[in-house]
Amino acid sequence: MLNGKTALVTGAGRGIGREIALTLAKEGAFVIVNYNGSKQRALNTVEEIEKAGGKAAAYGCDISDFTACGEMIASIIKEYGRIDILVNNAGITKDNLLMRMSEEEFDEVIRINLKGCFNTIRHASRYFLKQRSGRIINISSVSGVMGNAGQANYCASKAGVIGLTKSTARELGSRGITVNAIAPGFIETEMTENLPDALKEAMKEQTLLKRSGSALEVAKTAAFLASEGAAYITGQVISVDGGMAL
Amino acid sequence: MLEKVAALLKEQLDLDNVEIKAESSFKEDLEVDSLDLFELVMALEDEFGVEIPSEDLEQLTTVGAVVEYLKNKGVEE
Repeated sequence: MLNGKTALVTGAGRGIGREIALTLAKEGAFVIVNYNGSKQRALNTVEEIEKAGGKAAAYGCDISDFTACGEMIASIIKEYGRIDILVNNAGITKDNLLMRMSEEEFDEVIRINLKGCFNTIRHASRYFLKQRSGRIINISSVSGVMGNAGQANYCASKAGVIGLTKSTARELGSRGITVNAIAPGFIETEMTENLPDALKEAMKEQTLLKRSGSALEVAKTAAFLASEGAAYITGQVISVDGGMAL
Repeated sequence: MLEKVAALLKEQLDLDNVEIKAESSFKEDLEVDSLDLFELVMALEDEFGVEIPSEDLEQLTTVGAVVEYLKNKGVEE
């Protein structure tokens, strides 16, 4: 389905990003597994893709660094000739109550989750424009749609990603480039595994399906948005949250 | 140089039946939007091997202005 396509997935060493990388590779895409801190994890993702018969390469880059992002995109183009799918997944949390949240906690989350997303789009758009095609998939969050106590920074960054998605969709639509966001709900990953059990149960209760989601369920949605079948979908926020935000 | 730029414009923006002159204004005469202009600038950069910073885009209002700009950048005829 994605044969001959090159995909860049940011933060693909673990969690949802890793699963998206595996899924896109399974569909036939050549996947660049971006990482910042988790080099070994990224190499493991690449190894797993190759074991399954797919193609991938790891690329270290701090996506919150504008210049470094430009270099990463340029070297991908140089080495592999093109980029077709950009998945902005890299993200962090630094939860705290608003009244206790430090300036650093706020800035750091915005810098990685929101500005990182801008950085890669800003540099990749140039090539998408030339190609007259491209798929941008930004991972937002149910928190960006609904808000969440204790996550003012994270929610602001993820709501920002939605605004960025819609604006970019408007700017690049006439050139055949689609831009969509996915808003995952309560997904079982490392990011959520350390939450208190009571909170996890309460979150499951908030969904219509009464369960948490898996990273694979998010990845399948990303693979769909990257596929030919989603050619007429742009500017959308697809919730993959078991009905939590309804 | 004007011919070269005009040819690039035609190719880039699908302007087949339009006469392109030095005084042709991108906005008024050629109905080029800001994204078109950005694409043209990318094509110019590739064609002439120059770098055109975004802040210079404002000056490039007519085809003649582009030619002048390129000359000032040291692009040979």
